[in-house]
Amino acid sequence: MRTKRTKFLAGGVVIAAALAYMIYAGVTQSAVYFVTPSELTQAPVAGKAYRLGGMVVKGSLRWEPRTLDLAFAISDGKATVPVRHKGTPPDLFGEERGAVVEGSWTPDGYFKATTILAKHSEEYKAPHDEGQASPKELMKTLKGPGA
Amino acid sequence: MATASRVLGWLAALGLAGGLAMGFGVAPRETTQGFVQRIMYLHVPTAWVAYLAFGVVFVASIVYLARRTDAADRVAHASAEVGVVFTGLTIAAGSIWGKPTWGTWWTWDARLTSVAVLFVMYLGYLLLRGMIEEPERGARYAAVLGIIAALDVPLVHFSVYWWRTLHQPPSVMKPGAPTMPPVILATLLVNVVAFTLLYLYFVTKRVELLRREQEARLA
Repeated sequence: MRTKRTKFLAGGVVIAAALAYMIYAGVTQSAVYFVTPSELTQAPVAGKAYRLGGMVVKGSLRWEPRTLDLAFAISDGKATVPVRHKGTPPDLFGEERGAVVEGSWTPDGYFKATTILAKHSEEYKAPHDEGQASPKELMKTLKGPGA
Repeated sequence: MATASRVLGWLAALGLAGGLAMGFGVAPRETTQGFVQRIMYLHVPTAWVAYLAFGVVFVASIVYLARRTDAADRVAHASAEVGVVFTGLTIAAGSIWGKPTWGTWWTWDARLTSVAVLFVMYLGYLLLRGMIEEPERGARYAAVLGIIAALDVPLVHFSVYWWRTLHQPPSVMKPGAPTMPPVILATLLVNVVAFTLLYLYFVTKRVELLRREQEARLA
């Protein structure tokens, strides 16, 4: 009985430890889901894959539907990064809205995005409500710990 | 018991019909997201039910380990089954919403990752229950796993605060006023209540079935 019990206990500890490690590894990997423009501009590594998150700067968005050339700037209020992409952005993508782009930093001084993701805020508006969620409110949703 | 279950079933059906009508007929077209925002009236209630279901597994498993009553084990078993189904629905509805809104079906941010872990852990829980022949031993192991796996629920909920995620933070289940107009909130709450009733209906039915299965085995 005693040895059987110890065996079960040991097995349980192993399973719990494996689970804890899996959760830990999974979480730390996705913990820094995106870097902010400030973090990227501090030490940009050309060619390295990044996810970059921030606000699309007002007046920076240029899209050429015939060539699918998309250019805009992403900012966190402190630093701004120019982004270029080839493709159609999601419907919710736009100026003064949150976005997360996947791609890499180029030696030419811009971020080459392969995927554009639109970040939605937790605010909902009925049509008769006044205006859209303010950029300041949207900015709040982008702030993670240490951001 | 049978009447209580029937009443629950009818209330759930009524609530779901009302929630559906409100979701499509009463709630306005949301200004930023448009029509696709209505998926929230399914996604949020199913996610809430998943939280509730695994919370019930957690409590029932502790009760089982402390008292060794078969009833507690049956509640944990039934609730875990319903929880897995609703977690799957939450992921499916969220994915369908994510494609037009975010521009992707899936991404490995902390919220989506922790939900995927939750889903797999409770699938493992059901697998474990099915694997062990001896009922008492199976119930004991399942109770331990049921408690451990439930610890992921707060991780899921707070992931959007603790880490940077693509998924937005909650609009209702948070301190402070909900960040949505009253009509959208009312529609959401009707659906949350309806899905909670549906959860209770499923669990009472499943618990009863498990009880009869056990009776048949012993007879």
